Amino acid sequence: MNDFIAARSQMGLSLGFHIVFSCIGMVMPFFMAVAHFYWLRTNNIVYKNITKAWSKGVAIFFATGAVSGTVLSFELGLLWPEFMKHAGPIFGMPFSLEGTAFFIEAIALGFFLYGWDRFNKWFHWLTGVVVGVSGLVSGILVVAANAWMNSPAGFDFVNGQYLNIDPVKAMFNDAWFSQALHMCIAAFSATGFAVAGIHALMILKKQNVYFHTQAFRIAAVFACVAALLQPLSGDISAKDVSKRQPAKLAAMEAHFHTEPAAPLLIGGIPDVAAQKVNYGLQIPGLLSFMVHGDFKTPVDGLDKIPVENQPPVSITHYAFQIMVGLGMVMLLIAVCYFIAILKKKSWLSRQWLLRMFVIATPMGFIAVEAGWTVTEVGRQPWIINGIMRTADAVTPMPGIVYSFYIFTAMYISLSLIVTFLLYRQIKMVGKIYDVKNQAV
Amino acid sequence: MIYVVIVYLWTAILLYILLGGADFGAGIIELFTSEKNKQHTRTTMYRAIAPIWEANHMWLIIAIVVLFVGFPDIYATISTHLHIPLVIMLFGIIARGTAFTFRNYDAVIDNMQKVYNRIFVYSSFITPFFLGVIAASAVSGRIDPDAHDFLSAYIFSWLSWFSVAVGFFTVAICGFLAAIFIIGETEDEHNRKRFIRKAKQMNVAAVVFGAVVFVVAHSEGIPLDNWLFGNAVGIIAITAASLSLVLLWYLLLKKGKVIIIRVLAGFQVTMILLAITLRHYPNIVIMKGGRYLSLMEHAGQDKAIYSLGMALLLGSILILPALFYLLYSFNKNTGKWHE
Ligand code: HDD
Ligand code: HEM
Ligand code: HEM
Repeated sequence: MNDFIAARSQMGLSLGFHIVFSCIGMVMPFFMAVAHFYWLRTNNIVYKNITKAWSKGVAIFFATGAVSGTVLSFELGLLWPEFMKHAGPIFGMPFSLEGTAFFIEAIALGFFLYGWDRFNKWFHWLTGVVVGVSGLVSGILVVAANAWMNSPAGFDFVNGQYLNIDPVKAMFNDAWFSQALHMCIAAFSATGFAVAGIHALMILKKQNVYFHTQAFRIAAVFACVAALLQPLSGDISAKDVSKRQPAKLAAMEAHFHTEPAAPLLIGGIPDVAAQKVNYGLQIPGLLSFMVHGDFKTPVDGLDKIPVENQPPVSITHYAFQIMVGLGMVMLLIAVCYFIAILKKKSWLSRQWLLRMFVIATPMGFIAVEAGWTVTEVGRQPWIINGIMRTADAVTPMPGIVYSFYIFTAMYISLSLIVTFLLYRQIKMVGKIYDVKNQAV
Repeated sequence: MIYVVIVYLWTAILLYILLGGADFGAGIIELFTSEKNKQHTRTTMYRAIAPIWEANHMWLIIAIVVLFVGFPDIYATISTHLHIPLVIMLFGIIARGTAFTFRNYDAVIDNMQKVYNRIFVYSSFITPFFLGVIAASAVSGRIDPDAHDFLSAYIFSWLSWFSVAVGFFTVAICGFLAAIFIIGETEDEHNRKRFIRKAKQMNVAAVVFGAVVFVVAHSEGIPLDNWLFGNAVGIIAITAASLSLVLLWYLLLKKGKVIIIRVLAGFQVTMILLAITLRHYPNIVIMKGGRYLSLMEHAGQDKAIYSLGMALLLGSILILPALFYLLYSFNKNTGKWHE
């Protein structure tokens, strides 16, 4: 491994780690707000218990999210100084606004976690909602910054100089909306399925069934609504990518040759040397239809892109297949669940329904990681699409390989500890929150 | 607008030293507390700090964002040449933040607590130490943008006796701030005395390390005395800091009002930072051969600075009232010990 690959891997690792915590930080406050709301309206103690149990888990995730985010804001400079030197002032607008959003989030979190019985109960509830809203806003803002790397705007690039900077235009670049929409929905579906799956498992194990059933319902509804919307928003994203980054789209589809009535490829093993795909299922004309709205118009293939500007095809393609495949599975589960709550109430108590949710526990997060791999690897070799190459942005410092190893070790140990803590939280639910032992 | 941005940068750094510093200090105090008093220190600190600790650390992020949006050359230079101490500091930040939270939110209380405590305490020491090292290296004239061999470009840019001395000085200041802060947080006489003693020890340590910093600066040819005493503002600031120090000791001995003691301690640190930064303003990075990076000459284009300034102003309107209310709500009951 050379230093350049190490730097890229370290960046990807840090972001891939952070995104898990930021999804939870964006979404859990809304789940808690719902449970909290039920508690305030119905006085049913189980809802208060759910809120409190969740908030303990969330505090752990928040702290890890906050420190890993702090690491990222340094890593941008530690690993990509040349990039930040030029890009910082241009795409900095969302980051400077994000500072505010984080701050408000941190303040509201202080009120929420430590404010039980200290404040007016609706004020306290509202601080929880504020945590969620500001988390969501900060997520949208960072994604807008990332979208700028895919779709640079707000400056004139003349002879290697970045002139006439307009940070506001840079923030509202062509990609920000489709990416931010898709990301927010993804956060809801990933967190929703993870939480619903854990509670479903506890129901199946017959532990504190009442508590876990109520918790499951809140998470499952969010998850399933998000799973229904996800493919729609994914379609918007794909159309968008085809306009601004034809190379990325071609890599996602392993679409080597420009052809009319381009087929949609499902699965398959790309053979880059031979410029063809083995074993895939091809649906004629569908790719043309998805991109252009008719079955005939050609879709640009990789042959239109100079070799030195082509992204890694296999990784991008596999990652895309994983994301879409998991999206379809989650869609199916969501459809079953909606049929269950609207038409067939009897399904709700069936084991197979819960089992499906248990199996889906990690799917949303895997899809999120895969989706980011599509976005980031599919943009290569550019760090700023069409403007600056990633290789030109990397730090001149040697020895990044070691830094990558150390960071990897650290992220692995943190993940282990967080998992261990979460396991303990869940195990203790029975002791702390068993309704039978608790005076209402 | 550039001045607005600079004021924000400076204020963010100051508040990080004061609030984040007190926060680091909590761990430093714990490190230097005898085994039998540790648990009490821990719970008192926790009660005082937990609701606001996330907010305290936001100041660092604000400072970093202001740097990379407004002064990209400075951000890029610092993060290239001070890569190693920055990474160590980051590890400190990660270890500390997570250990602090884990030990309070672990659902089972067992031997893991010992592990969290140890990590928390040592990383509370390392993080501000390297913060000091980084700050010192930025102004000590050791960064050499033309160096090509690994050692002079990435090691000797920060490794010097001066930066080590400043590191210890920073640690002492943090411990001092935390001890002052915690005096008002405890209820019983015995522990109050204990924390007052801690505050005094930390203050002595800070003064001693301050002196060491001077000596080392002199021997390494860094004109620190000139920065501090070379102009009227510096002299006034240092004098004010010394006077407030005297007053502070008097109040500590006489059991003065907590709030005044806290203000005095904050005032001292503010004056020290003011004296150091004002002298070579607007140059915040001083490199080898007298070259420097200046906040004025190395600022981003006007439009970038303008929107950064607007974002900061807008943010403050939203943040400040909420932050004050937070601090007020969770500090209402402290500061009553003289009664
Ligand atoms: C729960 C997670 C999840 C699921 C089920 C899906 N996605 Fe996705 N996808 C993401 C999570 C995600 C993401 C992690 O949030 C990405 C990465 C960058 C972004 O903006 O969203 C993403 C990126 C992304 C991109 C690249 C956007 C870009 O580079 O700007 C496309 C074209 C799609 N997705 C399309 C789809 C389609 C057609 C799906 C059909 C089911 C789908 N995604 C399901
Ligand atoms: C959290 C979700 C994200 C994940 C999982 C992710 C993942 C990755 C991966 C895997 C790489 C390495 C690409 C390669 O080696 O081929 C990378 C690179 C990078 N990403 Fe992202 N990314 C995310 C979001 C962002 C955001 C929001 C930003 C900035 C605003 C960003 C900035 C960068 C930069 C600067 C690089 C290095 C240059 C490059 O390799 O293109 N990323 N990321
Ligand atoms: C798509 C990618 C990203 C998303 C959706 C995202 C979202 C979030 C969210 C919602 C939070 C607050 C929740 C929590 O604390 O757990 C957070 C924390 C944070 N993020 Fe990210 N983030 C992303 C990438 C980045 C990048 C690239 C950076 C740095 C350049 C960054 C910097 C931070 C910082 C500094 C924090 C801590 C704030 C605090 O103390 O509350 N994030 N992120």
